[in-house]
Order: sequence, then C-alpha cells, then structure tokens
Amino acid sequence: MIPFAFLQPTSVDDALAAWTPGAAWLGGGTNLVDLMKTGGGQPSLLIDLSRLPGLRDIEMSDDGGARVGALVSNADLADHPAFAARFPMVAEALLAGASGQIRNAATVAGNILQYPRDAFFKHLGEDPLDGDTTSLSILGANGPVAVHPSDFCVPLAALDAVVEVQGPNGPRDIALADLLAPTADTRTALAPGELVLALRLPAEGATFAGHARYLKVRDRTSFAFALTSAAAALRFDGPRIAEARLALGAVAPTPWRVAEAEALMAGQAPDADLFERAAQTALSGAVAIGDTGWKIELARRTAIRALTLAAAHTPARLPALPGSPFAAQAKDHAHA
Amino acid sequence: MPDTVQPIRFGSNSGQPVSRRDGIAKVTGAATFSADNSPANLLHAVYLPATIARGRVTHFDTAAAQAHPGVTHVITPANRPDVQGDPEAKPTLFSFRVEILQDDSVRYAGQPIALVLGETLEAATEGARLLAPQYAAEPVATDLDDGAPFDIEPGGFGRPQGMVHGDIDAGHAAARQAIDVTYETPAQYHNAMETHAIVAEWDGDRLTLDVPSQALNMSCAAYAYFFGIPAENVTVRSPYLGGGFGSKAIPIGPNILAILAARMTGRPVKLMLTRQQMFGPTGHRPATRQRLRMGIDATGALTALDHESLSASSRFDDFFEPASNASQGLYAAGALRSVHKGVRLDIGTPGPMRAPGEASGAAALECAMDEMAHAAGMDPLEFRLRNYAETEPGTGKPFSSKALRDCYLQGAERFGWDGRPLDPGQMRDEAGLLVGWGMGTALFPCPMFAAEARATLRPDGTALVETSAADMGQGAWTSLAQIAADSLGLPLDKVAFNAGHSSLPDGGVAGGSGHTATAGTALHEAGCDVIRQLGEIAATDPASPLHGAGNARFVARDGHLFIEGDDSRSEPFTDILARAGGAALTGSGKGVRPPEVGQEFAMSSHGAVFAEVRIDPELCQMRVTRLVGAFAAGRIINPKLAESQLMGGMIWGTSFALHEKVTHDRTTGRIVNADLAGYHVPVNADVLGLEVITVHEDDLHVNVLGVKGVGEIGIVGTVGAIGNAIWHATGKRIRRFPIRIEDLLTA
Amino acid sequence: MSKIHVTTTVNGDEVEFLADPRETLLDCLRDKLGMTGSKEGCGTGDCGACSVTLDGTLVCSCLVLGVEADGKQVGTIEGVAEGGVLHPLQKKFIEHAALQCGFCTPGILVAAKALLEQNPNPTETEVRYWLAGNLCRCTGYDKIVRAVMDAAADLRGEAA
Repeated sequence: MIPFAFLQPTSVDDALAAWTPGAAWLGGGTNLVDLMKTGGGQPSLLIDLSRLPGLRDIEMSDDGGARVGALVSNADLADHPAFAARFPMVAEALLAGASGQIRNAATVAGNILQYPRDAFFKHLGEDPLDGDTTSLSILGANGPVAVHPSDFCVPLAALDAVVEVQGPNGPRDIALADLLAPTADTRTALAPGELVLALRLPAEGATFAGHARYLKVRDRTSFAFALTSAAAALRFDGPRIAEARLALGAVAPTPWRVAEAEALMAGQAPDADLFERAAQTALSGAVAIGDTGWKIELARRTAIRALTLAAAHTPARLPALPGSPFAAQAKDHAHA
Repeated sequence: MPDTVQPIRFGSNSGQPVSRRDGIAKVTGAATFSADNSPANLLHAVYLPATIARGRVTHFDTAAAQAHPGVTHVITPANRPDVQGDPEAKPTLFSFRVEILQDDSVRYAGQPIALVLGETLEAATEGARLLAPQYAAEPVATDLDDGAPFDIEPGGFGRPQGMVHGDIDAGHAAARQAIDVTYETPAQYHNAMETHAIVAEWDGDRLTLDVPSQALNMSCAAYAYFFGIPAENVTVRSPYLGGGFGSKAIPIGPNILAILAARMTGRPVKLMLTRQQMFGPTGHRPATRQRLRMGIDATGALTALDHESLSASSRFDDFFEPASNASQGLYAAGALRSVHKGVRLDIGTPGPMRAPGEASGAAALECAMDEMAHAAGMDPLEFRLRNYAETEPGTGKPFSSKALRDCYLQGAERFGWDGRPLDPGQMRDEAGLLVGWGMGTALFPCPMFAAEARATLRPDGTALVETSAADMGQGAWTSLAQIAADSLGLPLDKVAFNAGHSSLPDGGVAGGSGHTATAGTALHEAGCDVIRQLGEIAATDPASPLHGAGNARFVARDGHLFIEGDDSRSEPFTDILARAGGAALTGSGKGVRPPEVGQEFAMSSHGAVFAEVRIDPELCQMRVTRLVGAFAAGRIINPKLAESQLMGGMIWGTSFALHEKVTHDRTTGRIVNADLAGYHVPVNADVLGLEVITVHEDDLHVNVLGVKGVGEIGIVGTVGAIGNAIWHATGKRIRRFPIRIEDLLTA
Repeated sequence: MSKIHVTTTVNGDEVEFLADPRETLLDCLRDKLGMTGSKEGCGTGDCGACSVTLDGTLVCSCLVLGVEADGKQVGTIEGVAEGGVLHPLQKKFIEHAALQCGFCTPGILVAAKALLEQNPNPTETEVRYWLAGNLCRCTGYDKIVRAVMDAAADLRGEAA
C-alpha cells in the first residue's frame, strides 16, 4: 500500500468536505482493504465513515417499505426480524454471501459498491479468458468482463431498490439498477465525491414476502462466490401470479432483470412450463464467453428452481443453509 | 534391541487416547509459531515475486524503492551479496535447486526476483511494489499438453522408478474384457494455514532460525551449506508448525534470502510469505495425466494392470509425481506395469505433497477399478476382493502385515454397502437429490528414515526424553512421549519430552508418514537402553531384590523394575539409582529399519473408504454426505490423534475430488487463483458424516513398535471413492479432477 | 505519513499505541501489543485465522485497520480464558482433539465463542455454516463441530 492519510469525520458534511480526488470512503473495509493489499486500489486518503451519525438505522416505514442506513452491516440487516419478514429473499441473499466475519464487517453500501473480482487481476494485465472464467459475464457485456459479485444486489434489483446519495451537488436518489450499470469508464453511476447514505426498498417489495426466494449455486456449500444465482418473487392473486420479479446473479456486470420475462408470468398459473419460458426469456441474448456455455444452462436451471421455490412459499424461517440447493436437506432451521 | 527388555506393551501409555500435550498452549494462543517471534532491532524482509513465468528482468526502479520511507535495503541480482553454496546444487538428501537472486532470469511465476528490507512490514511491502520490474518475457508453457513427454530416468527422490512384472502384452491379450481410460489430476498447492516464515539472527558465525521445519537437523545442514559454516553452528527452533504437508521439509529460497539479509545487515530479519506467495517457491503437487489399461478374464481376475502416468516438473529440477506407484503393490494382476513419464514446464519445481504419488495415482486407479467392475457387472467391493493380493504383486514377497480384507469388511458394514444397486442413477433421497455410493482402496508405504533420541532417567524417578521431532499437527509432542514413557516403564506424567529444537538428537524427517515409526523407535531404543543399564546396576547390587538376576529379562513398569514372570521381585527405579550414587542415567537410541527387513517383506498401510454423495439433479451442486474410512496401519499409538490424522486425510480427499486446482494464465504463466478465495479447500459446511475405523493390525516386522503411520493414507482411497459415488449417483463418469458442477452439466 | 495515536481496549485492558494507517489491527495486536495468538493465514479475509471481536462483533482483524480500533473494544484469543481458567470451548477442543497444528485454532475459538453468545443452542448445520469462515487445513472440521456442540451443551448446563 502507498502511504495514505486517514480521517474520521463525525458528520456527513465534514466527510463530503474532506473528499479529494484519490480519496476513498472506508466502510467495513472487507473489499477496499483487501483491494489495497493486493495492489488493485491505492487511495491517497481514506475517509473512515464509522463515526458518521445516523447511518446505522433500519427504519421500517408504515407504508411497508424500508430505509436502511449505508453503514448497517450485512449481518445486522439479515438478522433484523421486521426487515427479514418483509424482504425475506434479501435476508436470504445476505446470509448466502461470504462468511460470518465478512457479513459482520461489510456494510450495505460497501456490498453494493464492491469491486468485481477481476479488479484483483486486471491490473496485472492478464487475459481474463485464461483465468477464472466462471466469473465472466454471459450477458450485457462486450467481451470478457467479470460479473457483479454481490448476492445482496440481486434481490435488491428485483425489488426496485433505490440508493440515496449525497455529494458536492447535493442529494439525489439513484435506482440501484442505474447505479450499477457500468459504462466503459466507470464502474458505477456515482459521481466523484458522492457518498451513499441509505438504501430504500419500496413498499411494493413487501407484497412479495410470502413467495420470495434467493438461490445460489456454488462450488462450496458455503463461503464461495456464486456460479449462478437467482432472486425470484411472486405475488399471487388466488391461484394465479399477479406479478413476478426475477433477477439473475453472477451472469452480468450488474444484476440481470428482463422485463419481458417477468411480464409473461403475470396472470398465469405457476407451472414448470411457465417458469421455463420465463427463464429462457431472461437469458435471451446470453453469449458464452470462452468455455462458459454451461453457465447459460446453469443460469436457466437456477432461475427455474428459484421460481419454483418461490411459488411454493417463503419458509417460516430461513433455512440453516441460506440460499443453498441443500437447504431442504438440512432439516434443522435457523435464523429465526 | 537389548535382549534384557521386553518389547513395548500395548495399552499402558501407547494405545491410549491421550489428549494433546500441547493442547493448552494451542487453545490459549500461547503456542509460539515462527512468525510470532520478534526479536529487538528486527528488520522486515519482503520478496518481490515475478509476474512472468519465463524470461529476464530488464529493469527495476530501485531508486523509487530505496527512497520509500522506512526501506533500508533493496537487494536485486545486481547487488546481492555472495553466498558460499551453489544455488543449483542439492546439499542434502531431500533438496531442490533454489532461486536466490543468482541471476536475472525468471523460471516461473512467483519466483523471488528481488528482496526489500524495511523497518516495518508496510515499508518493505511498499518498497517491493515500487520496484515495478520490467521484463523481457518469453512464451510460456504451463499445461501438460505444452511439453514433450519423455521417459523419466529413475534416480531417487523426485525421479520415480517404474516396474514391469509378467508379460503385459500377454496380459492384455488374455483379457476377455478390457478398459482403456485416461484420468487427469490438477496442480495443487499445500497451503498450510501457517505460511512459510522465518526469523533469522546471526551471532558471529552462528545462526539461529525460527522456522517451521519438518526436518530440523537436515535443514541445518542445508542452511549451513549456503553460508559456509558447520551445520552445528545453525540452530533451528521449530516447536510448532502450522501444518506442513510436505512443503516444510525442504529449505526454500526465500528462507535463504532472509538469512542472507540478516548476515548483510547484522540485524535479525523476519520474512513471512503472503498467502499469494504460497503459490510460488514452495513446491506443489504437479498435474498428472494417467492412462490405465486393464483387462479381466471370465472370472473377473485382472489379467493386466497397466498404469502410465505423465507429470510435470520445472525446467530446472526434478520432481515428478510418482503417480503410477499406486498400482505397483495393490492388486493381484496377472501382469503389471507402472510407467512414469514427464514433461518440463515453466512452473516452480513440484515437491512432495500429502501422499505424493498415491493420492493422484489411486484417484485414477480406483476410478478405473470401478469402471472395470461395472463393465464386468460386478460389485466394486467384490471385484476388489476378487483381485486381492495375498502377497506383493509381482514379487510374491509376503506382506509384513495386511489387514485390508478386514478394512473392506468393517468399512462396508459400517457404511451399509450391502444392497447398493449395481447400476447408477438408482437412488434418490426424500428431498429428491441424487444419491450415489462409491468406494476406493487406500494404500501408502510405511518408510522409515533415520532418527536418534536420548532418554535420561532422573534420580527422582522422572525422565526426560529428547529428539528433534517436528510436530506439524499430527501430535508428535504427545504420541512420541507415550512411546517413550512405555519404554521407560513410567506413567506419561513422569516423562518430560523435549522436541522441536535442532540441538537435540536428530529426530529425522516428519514426512512419508514415517515420523512416529522412526523417531518413536529411536525413543523406544533410548528408553530401553536406560532400563538395560538400570538392570545391570540392580543385578550387580547386593542390596537390590533383583541382585543376581543376571540373565533374566527385566520388565519396567510403573517406575519399578521387575523380573519377567516374577512380580514378587521388583524394585523402584529411585531406590536403584539412589544406592548407585544418585546420578541420572542416560541412554540413547536409533530409529532405522534394517535393510534386510525390506528385502524380506512388502510393507504398506491399507484402507478402504466408502463415500456417499448427494447431488442436485438439475443444478448439479454436489455434497459428500458420508465418508467411512477403515484403515489398517499397524499399531495405533494414540487413537484420538490418529483418528484426527485419518479424518484430515479424508477431507483432503474431498478437497482433491471436488475443489483444489490452480489455473494458469496462458500468456504470463501466472497462477490466477493464487489466494484462498480462488483456490478452494473445503469449509466446515462441506463436511458431513465422517467416520474412521482403525482396524486392528499386529505387525512384527515393520519396526519394533509395529507402527506403520497414518498421516497420509486418509486421502488415498477417498478421492476415487467420491469420484465413483458421483458416477453412481449420476451415471456420469468424470475423468478429470476436481469434479465440478460444470463437468456434470456438460457430461 | 504521520502515525496516529490509538487508544483501545483489548480483552478489557486499555492500551495505547501509535499506528501507521496502513497497519492492520492484526499487525497492531501482534507487533505492537505482543499478542500473537491471532494469526495471519491469508491477509484477505478468506481464512478466519485472525478472527477477533470488535465491540462484540466477530470480524477478520486482517481487514480492519489498527486506526479504526480507536475507542473500541477488542476481544482476542488471549482473553477467552478468564483468570487462568479455560473456557468450556477450550476444554472441549482439547478433549475432542479438535485441533491439530493449532494455527487456525485461536480464530476458530473466537468465532465459536461469538457464535454461542449469539446462539447458545445451535444445530450442527448452523455450526457448520457459521464456522465456514474459518478454514482448517489439517483438517479437523468434524471434531471442531463436536467440540462446539459439546461446549454449547456444557454452557447451557446440560450434560452432553
């Protein structure tokens, strides 16, 4: 690491005023400090946000939505009973990610803004096609680009989450989908010096609470990045689906949602054929990069399974292996 | 063995499930590992790893590094002080050529190309980064297909010997059914949780090292060679190793650089590898490709077992994985051939990694056996029993002991193997997951190296036993003390054990699963030597109840000396010593195997592993849900700790079967997943239903203790068992390890 | 860069040190405070050997900067045994042989203690899931789980 200055401002205004080009916001550090150590990021100034007031609150609004402070830890959010009840697939995705230690330290904003895995090797000039091709995008990118690594963001995208930011030009709201849409030059839509203050989940998201699941396929039973994942949420009107949400993870540089795939499920009875068509539609346009053709098929199956699980119902308590295909195998439950 | 002393008794100290003697130190954080030492005036050393795999370094920005605050020295090939030894030489039995900045060439990615010293770790780390090397890179070859295979000329360590017994062509011709299959295993890195680390301090021409070592005294000789000093001038302190698995037996280049830096600066120097650097100059298990051709007659008997393995070594040194060794001594084939071929690649020199040879070899062999069994329509266990070798295949030598049949039967019974459908894809659980059962045979040789030990019986009736044994987690502090206590006829709490320090009698090598056997035999002999001396004193002392016992045999028990078969005549050790003037008695012993034993007998540990996997039928995610291993490894000194070793090996088997693999960037030759996020080993959630059975086995030949060793065999049968279980669950035969979700999806 | 004065509490004792902002909490514990029980196994949050608690929350100290610990409560392996008496987890780890080389052991004990404080009656699956952030290469996972389950029963006042 290059030497850097370290500040611990105690107000958002002070934090914003302290920012200069080359500075980085320090939240939980699980991504940034890692990146600094491995040479992928070299900020000259770290602005530690931990002293900022009011950024650790979880507010459950009367209308059914939620507002989550940027510094709430991944673990605290997943373990918040009212939040998990309204947005169970968000809690399940959080608990399917990383390890207990990382979930405890990682913040909501840090998770959303985390660097893709290729940030760790791109600076070395490697050919991504030779590397871990399982982390390469099959959708929404030209050429070999790493996928967005977050589990959390997948259900957030499905639920139309909004991020509140403040910066040199004042406050603004950015839809999560827009925030994470990378361009050729930028990884996120944050402007220099902008700071994420909170995450908002619209009330409508809670209407899916009875039928919402996150599913993650991975090489280890726990503590591994997704090969593919899916967040599926259904709202029923009697026996038919009134509205469906489906977001795919680990397939694109951003959580992947296709409006047509969701729309075709509306008004339909849930069955295998419907979910098959939805999954196909969600993956239309997928392109195999290198030898990752299997990923398209795995993503399709993951989407179908997530929709099937969601159609069944959200379990009363999250499984002891959250998001795992083996969740049903482990009979004991947890995370009440 | 002195003939006045009875052989070791089973069940006094040895054989008891004693808790680790180093347990309290380890659960409180008090156990001191090498990098925990920070002498005053310490300098931190950081080496810069090459980011190309072949070529030359053309430029360093040494000025930038040197200018960084806190950086004290920048060492490159241009200014590296001389060493006395030749980096290209091999000073000891087990050693490799080392990269210690002898020139500007790069032979593999991760090779040290410069060393930076700083007052702080942060300064040295940043200094190394600032060196910003430029290279003249050449095209690299890192894949088995990139090299030209050649026959390996046998030549000891790293250059394995093939073998042929019988007429292999006739064996193939006689086959009524045959298979010809090729399996691949990847390069794997040891990745002990403790990375390599060293603290080096000179005092004149004497050198003290805190460095984890699986072979303390041999390391001293190697370090001494490079610095032109006598081996006795080097002290290695290695009380605890944070795992070794073969990578800490042989001095690595970075350690020599740290010692050099300490000599150059006159200050103690600490160098600790980062996790990423553990994929560099540390040795590894090389990739293999193994072709297995087997034939059977109408009864299912093997007419031919023909195992050819190809493995990679570096361009500049020899370590070829002895994979086809796995087929040399296991099944009674009519004709048997084991062939070793090699290629040279732009990689670091491989080395021994837990169960070298057998782990990779049995992965292929045991899956091929399963394929053959299926072709024959036989149960895999029945097929193995049909080809059970009562004597060593080819040579006809008797086994010193072989309870493999018991392993098969006890393991199968515990697992519930009966009723397994012969055809794959027949079983599902209540959640709809595919269920498969597979098995594999395990074997591992039981070598002995050479060790020495000293035992001192004190006048107060306690004893001190000493040898420079290494405890990398297997439990030497405990099990070796148990052996020593038995040899002295003392309860364990009366015996102090000193190990992990090179000033002690040479404890040999903690490797090859032979440490307990070798160092244990030395300790046993040392204890017996003391008791023999004590017997002589008592027998010639008119005041002793044992006086005149001349040719009788003595038995030492509970601090007393008895005449064998006559419990009425005994005397406490303390009384004998007190009358003899109150001095301590010291004895010594050696642990070696007489060569004639190896001529006469074939010696191996054996085992049988049964695996159950559950697999999501659509998503293909896999989980090993049960593993039962039954092992016969001679006498078990400490069942509690031996079970841990075997379980650990079996989880390594899971890791081999499903997880571990490095991937090289084909352009630069760099390993792209060189960290524990990218290089997967199992986590706790990957392990379920693990059971170990230690099958009773008396071995009168392997050594006086009857100990064969348990450190490595656990991995051996497990890999194949899991591969076979996956086939049994899915009907898909994946012939490349690790078996991944995408393999099942695309098969 | 100038060093920063840090005041923190480690295992109940107030300590002070000067830290280069680049130094991790793990480095500060090991090198400045001489508390070497916490280990560096990876430096990137992938192994858990450096696990400590920060204001009661389990974290990887290799990803926390020393300067971040200012004003906080740090708990390490050195504080698990109190008054020279082993914690039930420590006793059960020895009894069940839930450690081999011992390098991962401090982190696993700190993690297991944090788990049991949060969930005194975990199922086996929960233990395996919650301890997934602590790698053991030797590998003693099965006995670790048995020891944690047994210690949990002990702490609940139940016979195992």
